[in-house]
Amino acid sequence: MSDKLTFNFDVDGEDFTSAGQASVQIKRNLRQLGIDSDTIRRVSIAMYEGEINMVIHAGGGTAQVNVCENCIEIVLKDEGPGIKDIDLAMQEGYSTAPDNIRSLGFGAGMGLPNMKRNTDEMKIESEIGVGTTVTMRVNYGG
Amino acid sequence: MKISTIKELLNAQILCCEENINREVFSACGSDLMSDVLAYVKDQAVLLTGLVNPQVIRTAVMMDMICVIFVRSKKPGDEIIELAKESGIVVMITDKRLYEACGLLYSGGLRGNENK
Ligand SMILES: Nc1ncnc2c1ncn2[C@@H]1O[C@H](COP(=O)(O)OP(=O)(O)OP(=O)(O)O)[C@@H](O)[C@H]1O
Ligand SMILES: [Mg+2]
Repeated sequence: MSDKLTFNFDVDGEDFTSAGQASVQIKRNLRQLGIDSDTIRRVSIAMYEGEINMVIHAGGGTAQVNVCENCIEIVLKDEGPGIKDIDLAMQEGYSTAPDNIRSLGFGAGMGLPNMKRNTDEMKIESEIGVGTTVTMRVNYGG
Repeated sequence: MKISTIKELLNAQILCCEENINREVFSACGSDLMSDVLAYVKDQAVLLTGLVNPQVIRTAVMMDMICVIFVRSKKPGDEIIELAKESGIVVMITDKRLYEACGLLYSGGLRGNENK
């Protein structure tokens, strides 16, 4: 597997009940590729948190997963409101999620720090009124 | 502890994937906050929750859990059951409340994190 494999998804922002579908699918794909379960779990958790964020905070977006020989890269792109203060957003417990999201089991302000914990690299690019791109990388193998 | 023992301790009803009830689990967690489950749970194979929506199952899938228990007799819809079936997750409901259900399993020998 020297060429990279790419998976693309549209993440629907209209419907919270479908949020996370792309992550479930990726988990399946990575399993079929024979990637080890610890790596799969880290990728799944990070992507799922990011996918939920796009649905809750940005009205949906796109997800791309690149599987390379030694790493898996996840790129989550949205055209939502953007993040004003990224350092603040990265703090555990900081959340702007509305109450109805809390009653659905999310909105504790733990997603972004959890994404960072589960990945080897994470970059957030965001512009107010333009959108947010989160790029994460999980290294694996050798 | 076998999943079948959990069913007995909680006097629960199995809604899907009954073929997996002989699987062995070593720890469990109880929470209504999926944010917490995603951030803090490690290696627990069983989730007890009062929250009923598809994200509960997807969260369990992400965490490699194999059994989800809905407490207080909250019955999940077909969509939730279908999702669980796709991943082979045993789903049950019990009329116990979250605190009581967790307590019953804990005193039955199913712990949180420490002895995994
Ligand atoms: N894609 C995004 N677009 C705009 N704002 C975002 C985006 N992702 C995160 N944020 C902002 O960063 C904050 C922190 O995000 P984080 O994922 O850590 O917590 P949360 O989503 O609010 O709650 P949780 O992840 O625990 O369910 C959010 O409340 C939101 O204000
Ligand atoms: Mg989040």
